Amino acid sequence: MDYFLELLIGGLTRGSIYALIALGYTMVYGIIELINFAHGEIYMLGAFTALIVASVLTLHGMTGLSVLILASVVAVLYAAAYGFTVEKIAYKPLRQAPRLSPLISAIGMSIFLQNYVLLAQTSDFLPFPNLLPALPFLDPYSRFIGPTEFVIVLTTALATVALSCFIKFTRLGRAMRATAQDRGMAMLLGVNVNAVISTTFIVGSALAAIGGILIATHVGRINFAIGFIAGIKAFTAAVLGGIGSIPGAVLGGLVLGWTESFATGYLSSDYEDVFAFCLLVLILILRPAGILGRSTVQKV
Amino acid sequence: MPLLELDNVATFYGSIQALKGISLSIAAGEIITLIGANGAGKSTTLMTICGIAPPRAGRILFRGAAIEAAEPHEIVRRGISQVPEGRRIFPHLTVTENLAMGAFLRKDSTEIARDREYLFSLFPILKERRHQPGGTLSGGEQQMLAISRALMARPALLLLDEPSLGLAPLVSRLIFRIIRQINEERRTTILLVEQNANLALRIAHRGYVLENGRITLEGNCAELLGNEEVKRAYLGM
Ligand SMILES: Nc1ncnc2c1ncn2[C@@H]1O[C@H](COP(=O)(O)OP(=O)(O)OP(=O)(O)O)[C@@H](O)[C@H]1O
Ligand SMILES: [Mg+2]
Repeated sequence: MDYFLELLIGGLTRGSIYALIALGYTMVYGIIELINFAHGEIYMLGAFTALIVASVLTLHGMTGLSVLILASVVAVLYAAAYGFTVEKIAYKPLRQAPRLSPLISAIGMSIFLQNYVLLAQTSDFLPFPNLLPALPFLDPYSRFIGPTEFVIVLTTALATVALSCFIKFTRLGRAMRATAQDRGMAMLLGVNVNAVISTTFIVGSALAAIGGILIATHVGRINFAIGFIAGIKAFTAAVLGGIGSIPGAVLGGLVLGWTESFATGYLSSDYEDVFAFCLLVLILILRPAGILGRSTVQKV
Repeated sequence: MPLLELDNVATFYGSIQALKGISLSIAAGEIITLIGANGAGKSTTLMTICGIAPPRAGRILFRGAAIEAAEPHEIVRRGISQVPEGRRIFPHLTVTENLAMGAFLRKDSTEIARDREYLFSLFPILKERRHQPGGTLSGGEQQMLAISRALMARPALLLLDEPSLGLAPLVSRLIFRIIRQINEERRTTILLVEQNANLALRIAHRGYVLENGRITLEGNCAELLGNEEVKRAYLGM
């Protein structure tokens, strides 16, 4: 039973990170039908920015929670600025081009950002400090859940609820949904579609950066390539849940996290990624639109 | 000064020229109809006015100001709304949310609520359906919603693209009656594109005939209804 709980929480933690990144994939896909392959790199940049800011602040004698908060704020803003810029440089000029062109541009952006960090930093893993304060109320449960796991799950839950409320209840959120359903019609009603698309990239990038900081804190080390596999897993999660669907991204992330956790825990730890992709293939055969995806095309 | 004036407007899709130098003018308070065969360029004319298919040459003046190079959202802000061909209701937004999208650029929430009630009084069925996704409405209901959504912007000029297409005669008569009513009660100027020339020429004040990207005839509706060519080509007589 203890082992089961441990795996359950491990899967929830992993799944939360996948979900945070998957949200960005799914939002961007919902609006412009692009798989933003550079999204995983935004997550990696978020982690790197947090590391750099945290190191500088620590050098100046700051400690504890204030370092974490400051580093996170800077990293989220920085990643959001990157997401915004990537869209402006790599995707917006190709908006009228055939669909393959922005996709290739996205892959190019991903390679560029990885190599940029590789050259500007190093190819080695860098240690990432654990900036979380101790959470004594978790002590009785320390066999199953540590502070970073707790914070990851809590942050993901809060971010998902906040995002859902934003999309469901605000004027801009409504405009996002309208733009996703019929961009031309949204324009005819006065929506500045470029601004909506930019907002989507900014929000998605901010969430990815949060994921990057959390996982770096959890794992304790980062390098330039961490965005690649995380990006592919999160993309899998988004497709699994139904790409374009926000609850789908979260559900897909959790399903993937648990699959990996239980499969490696009970079967074999050598094939972690194999289980993930077997699950993807299985779900796509049974439900091609994903778990919560709309089976009919919603474009008019 | 006319409310809207097109002067020698030419619009292209790639290398295909859809509008070959169109000039027309609409005075405030008028209902103008634009009739023409399939592919004549009627929808293109409306999309050109709205900035979605900006013209390669020519001028478009709205209240005397040039708008031919303005962004679509800027044109909506100035007071032009369109009900496009095929209604284009947001299928997964509710009726209320679709209406809210119509008022996207407005901030006056009490007036917005008042306008919504006014439109619900014109189309009571929409009030009944207000929590339903737009995609679940019938064709006629969707057309009512599309017109209401455009009116939520409180436009000075309303562009309507074939509002009667695919509707039962009873419903299209209702739609036309309300177009007239909006024009009279709200002083909304209307540019109406129609295949059903018979109905259109009966509610409009003046009309233009578009053929192959060019205006070939214009005049008040009584003249056009009496014109032999119009009778033969568009009224099926
Ligand atoms: N997006 C487009 N790309 C290329 N050509 C187009 C496009 N839209 C319209 N056209 C062409 O421009 C011409 C005018 O089309 P438009 O849609 O304005 O006609 P219409 O008068 O509205 O016709 P209908 O009564 O069938 O709606 C047609 O020859 C059409 O094929
Ligand atoms: Mg048309």
